[in-house]
Amino acid sequence: MAKTNKSEPLFHIAKRSDMTFKKAILVRVIAVVAALVLCAIITMITTGLNPFTVYGSMAKGAFGTVRKSWITVQDTSILLLIALALTPAFKMRFWNIGGEGQVLIGALATSAVMLKLADHLPNPLLIAVMLVAAVLAGGIWGVIPAIFKAKWNTNETLFTLMMNYIATQLVAFFIIVWEYPKGAGKVGIINPKTELGWLPKIGNFMGSKYMLTIFIAVLTTIAMFAYLYYSKQGYEICVVGESENTARYVGINVGKVIIRTMFISGAICGLTGFILVAGIHQTITTSLVGGQGFTAVMVSWLAKFNPFIMIFASLLIIFLKKGAGEVATSCGLNESFSEILTGIIIFFIIGCEFFIRYKIIFNKKSAKGGNK
Amino acid sequence: MINLVSFIPKAVVQGIPLLYGSTGEIVTQKSGNLNLGIPGVMYVGAISGVIGAFNFEQAVKSYQATHEAADTFLTVFVPMLSVMIPLLSCLLGSLIMGLIYCFLTVTLRANQNVTGLAMTTFGVGFGNFFGASLIKLSGADVPSIALTTTSKYFSQKLPFAETTGWFGKIFFSYGPLAYFSILVAIAAAIIIKKTRVGLHLRAVGESPATADSAGINVTMYKYGATCIGCMIAGLGGLYYVMDYATGVWSNDAFGDRGWLAIALVIFTIWKPDMSIFASILFGGLYILYLFLPINIDHMEYQQLYKMIPYVVTLVVLVITSIRNKRENQPPASLGLPYFREER
Repeated sequence: MAKTNKSEPLFHIAKRSDMTFKKAILVRVIAVVAALVLCAIITMITTGLNPFTVYGSMAKGAFGTVRKSWITVQDTSILLLIALALTPAFKMRFWNIGGEGQVLIGALATSAVMLKLADHLPNPLLIAVMLVAAVLAGGIWGVIPAIFKAKWNTNETLFTLMMNYIATQLVAFFIIVWEYPKGAGKVGIINPKTELGWLPKIGNFMGSKYMLTIFIAVLTTIAMFAYLYYSKQGYEICVVGESENTARYVGINVGKVIIRTMFISGAICGLTGFILVAGIHQTITTSLVGGQGFTAVMVSWLAKFNPFIMIFASLLIIFLKKGAGEVATSCGLNESFSEILTGIIIFFIIGCEFFIRYKIIFNKKSAKGGNK
Repeated sequence: MINLVSFIPKAVVQGIPLLYGSTGEIVTQKSGNLNLGIPGVMYVGAISGVIGAFNFEQAVKSYQATHEAADTFLTVFVPMLSVMIPLLSCLLGSLIMGLIYCFLTVTLRANQNVTGLAMTTFGVGFGNFFGASLIKLSGADVPSIALTTTSKYFSQKLPFAETTGWFGKIFFSYGPLAYFSILVAIAAAIIIKKTRVGLHLRAVGESPATADSAGINVTMYKYGATCIGCMIAGLGGLYYVMDYATGVWSNDAFGDRGWLAIALVIFTIWKPDMSIFASILFGGLYILYLFLPINIDHMEYQQLYKMIPYVVTLVVLVITSIRNKRENQPPASLGLPYFREER
């Protein structure tokens, strides 16, 4: 441990393993509250509103009307799905920041099937083919960096990052190929009259068109939790993440686990792309994902890779997005205000992890070394 | 055939922001910090410069209204301050971003990827928010941000650019920050490769524990390299808005250049001097689609040309990892936090 120096520093830092779950949650809650207070102060300075009005109108922006509430829940589901998709890769210490591209490729595959096969297949079969195409496309987009990582240890952070832009340009390419009407520069609503390939509504009530997305997100959350914590494959992911050498020693085929996990990761991203196109927008644009592939990285990490905590993390981010957007527009300011607030909150939560993992020990004068 | 005399200058002006960004990121990565916040830092650098310049121009305007044109303040100090104020506010803004990153990743040992992405979210949001709201916030009476007084000093071309024909167009037709970027890249290359400070920096990036036991202050090197790197990258944003865009801010115009700068770091295998040519090459690839013969019926291929820089980067990334030559690898501790008591 610490050496006995003549001039000892005022304090030193030691790792701690004894923090209880409750206390760890408490530290995070304090961090979020502190961040929200800082956000309120910044909002006050820029808009001149008092903090209660700020959070009041933020709540109004996210849950002000029944429709707004449904959209908030739907957007939370999408962000949650992408975060869930990235999680198995992160648990394996594979930094998949290519969620953006994997979702886009899934969306691209969905639109391709939706446009080209709509006249040839009955609707249920069409939707099934769209789903399979999206999942496969996303999966393959995820597997490409995994193969290089498994074989030659290519840096996956940079690889998946580049794949995002290749996917974006591919989408841009096909948008012009499929543009309708010619020269519009966009695809427009796909199959507007026949509604072929559109995901069906569940039931017939106010929020029925949002239900399917939410349902899939809930199901995926439970499935991902079970997969990560109660399956053999989930355990293998965990071992590879902790130590590749240990994994090899106990006979896990590390390359195979990496490729398999990234296929799952990409496939769920592809599924999200499928929902975005077939269930929500019925069209494809290059900004379809809107940076959520990156936001999801933070959501997954903030939740410490726990699928259930991810629900709250995505809700917090979407709440800020909707709420701050509302505050900014009502004051005639730019909506990007929400990104500033999101950034601040994430900085605080990232920072507070330190106090969960480490403790600061103040050295008493003439104390020998650290107190263990 | 492509008209090189008009193509090269356009490629260069596209390449300069990338050169700043990649030089900054190389310096940062050499210390073992993978700063994915560079796109955000470049936005913050640009908007900080704009905020400084905007407030300065407003002040000058109200001063002009009450004083005559031959006033010493206007003739002597305004040109000097027009350069200094945007430059310093840009450096300050980027430095603060660098400090946030270092405090979180070095002092608090947070995850670098998450911190970097949060910085990008924050920085891009910061840029777009103030870019769109600055006029309303400052209560100025202008329709849009157009920094004519200050930007003319940044986009000042060399005097003999016009008289020396094609040679002048290719080599002399850039603003001062363009030439400065090349100096910065060369300086960074020399410092990293040839000096003791550079040796220490590389040691910190390769193996912080070894560097630490050799008596190198790891924390100081990480802070120093990352903050300087951020300031260099921020200048790329400033160049873009003050010179390339001649002082006109428009939201999201900077686009994904920040990510392209990170791609360049890999493409140049962590060498700032290589980055001078590589940036111009990438700048050229970025606008190549404008110069290739296009068929009006097939506009879609333009989009595929835009993909080239990323594909090329991927190829380089894969080849360097397959060949596995030691001198071409990323710094060994890239992306990992260092904690002395952790083994």
